[in-house]
Amino acid sequence: MLRDITIGQYYPADSVLHSLDPRVKLFATLVFIITLFGANNIFLFAFVLVTLIGIIKLSHVPFSFMVRGLRAIVVLLVIAGLFNMFLTPGRELVRFGFLKITDVGLKNAVLMTSRMVLLIIGTSVMTLTTTPNQLTDGLEKSFGFLKKVGVSVHEIALMMSIALRFIPILVEETDKIMKAQMARGADFESGNIFQKAKNMVPLLVPLFVSAFRRANDLSYAMEARCYNGGEGRTKMRPLKYSSLDQRAYICIFTYIILFYAVKFVM
Amino acid sequence: MAFIKSKDLVHEYIRRDEEGNVESIQTALDHVNLNIEPGQFISILGHNGSGKSTFAKHINALLTPSEGMILVDGMNTSDEEYTFSVRQAAGMVFQNPDNQIIASVVDEDVAFGPENIGIPTDQIIERVENALKMVGMYKYKSHSPNKLSGGQKQRVAIAGVMAMEPKCIILDEPTAMLDPDGRADVLRAVHELNKLKHITVILITHYMEEVVDSDYVYVMEKGKIFMEGKPREIFKDVEKLKEHSLDVPQVTLLAHELKKAGVPLSDCILTRQELVDELVKIKKGGQI
Repeated sequence: MLRDITIGQYYPADSVLHSLDPRVKLFATLVFIITLFGANNIFLFAFVLVTLIGIIKLSHVPFSFMVRGLRAIVVLLVIAGLFNMFLTPGRELVRFGFLKITDVGLKNAVLMTSRMVLLIIGTSVMTLTTTPNQLTDGLEKSFGFLKKVGVSVHEIALMMSIALRFIPILVEETDKIMKAQMARGADFESGNIFQKAKNMVPLLVPLFVSAFRRANDLSYAMEARCYNGGEGRTKMRPLKYSSLDQRAYICIFTYIILFYAVKFVM
Repeated sequence: MAFIKSKDLVHEYIRRDEEGNVESIQTALDHVNLNIEPGQFISILGHNGSGKSTFAKHINALLTPSEGMILVDGMNTSDEEYTFSVRQAAGMVFQNPDNQIIASVVDEDVAFGPENIGIPTDQIIERVENALKMVGMYKYKSHSPNKLSGGQKQRVAIAGVMAMEPKCIILDEPTAMLDPDGRADVLRAVHELNKLKHITVILITHYMEEVVDSDYVYVMEKGKIFMEGKPREIFKDVEKLKEHSLDVPQVTLLAHELKKAGVPLSDCILTRQELVDELVKIKKGGQI
């Protein structure tokens, strides 16, 4: 299960999306999320869906790779769907005891779950086509204006990129510790939810200890390589807009105009 | 002039309780004196807790002396003005390959050092390519470090230091977590840097086999340098090393035992080839 987390994983390939400036992709993702939640009827929804499919085709990332990210949140999706389905007031369709399915509930459930699915897929398109370093560079540049009000943008961006780099390592470590504890009789499967949570302690304590140790090692390694904060740093690949990015921006704005045109007409 | 000059270097780890009172003092380095000439391949041997890693961190100004001083390329590491120049002159590679790779792509990680010291963009790319070629990792430049083997990761870490164009590279047990193949690859890369680029190498290790090819060896125990000399001089004294429960290379040990059993071998044999040659010579001479 832990290996299914694709958030923050990069899929190396040669595509238009891979060579776009991360700022463009960040902006596009933001637009995508806004329109996804603004899509309140089936036409708009289909419009967003078709756009996403087109983008996935452009990305050259196998579709199965993106769907893998969904497996980790299946439970969440099911719960959200069920809650929406049974607990929304409206015209009653079917009734099981005290539970009833209403027309609004059904519609909400379908809309909610498909929105979440698309949200995950859409954002993972961005992370799969952007290296974490590019991504944090993009964030650092896009939010650079916050530096003026005293937010340490560079540090936050670096923290994020390091966190992303260590996700797979810590996942592997969790797996290892889990197996080691199971070999000594720890039980992560049975019991109710509270017992399960309690059983996690022998997993979490060694994981935290090792994470702190790694953090300590890493801080030494960074200092040894002359890391001294964001001041006076240069970049191997400074962000520069190309003509490709300009065209991408035009596409995004066309998309926004089309979306709101359809929304307005409907 | 010596590249690294350590004079009466003392380092104490002081443990304090909550009120800031001194609870215990542990002397990790106890009046260490040594001079390392530029271009040499130096090995520092010792057990866990012998102070060898602490010493390595002093060369890189990650730690500063409690007493005495250490000069790296003429710069006093206690002087904060020089901290970054010292780190640039003497790069450091650590034990755990995972915990020293910062970026998620190989070449971005190698670029981290040059980026920190403010090298212009076009030169960074050139340096990164050169550094990766030096350690034979160029074809992996756009890979994720998570997909590399331990030895490959460690070579990326070496490239990361080399991209800063240091005069000296310190390797703190770089092979401790690697398999034999990875160890051989890393050592080959380090030896090449020493021979071709004349980089001063300081290899900290507890594998005796890795020490054999170095120019000079220091053996540390309890924060002191307790033996020093050329590898041949060090391993001559098998009994003394054994007393301090330090190993000698397998071949040397075998030769030593054979000699004790009466085979007229010469005093210190370090490689398998030497042993074979000597034995053949003895057999031809009909001495056995």
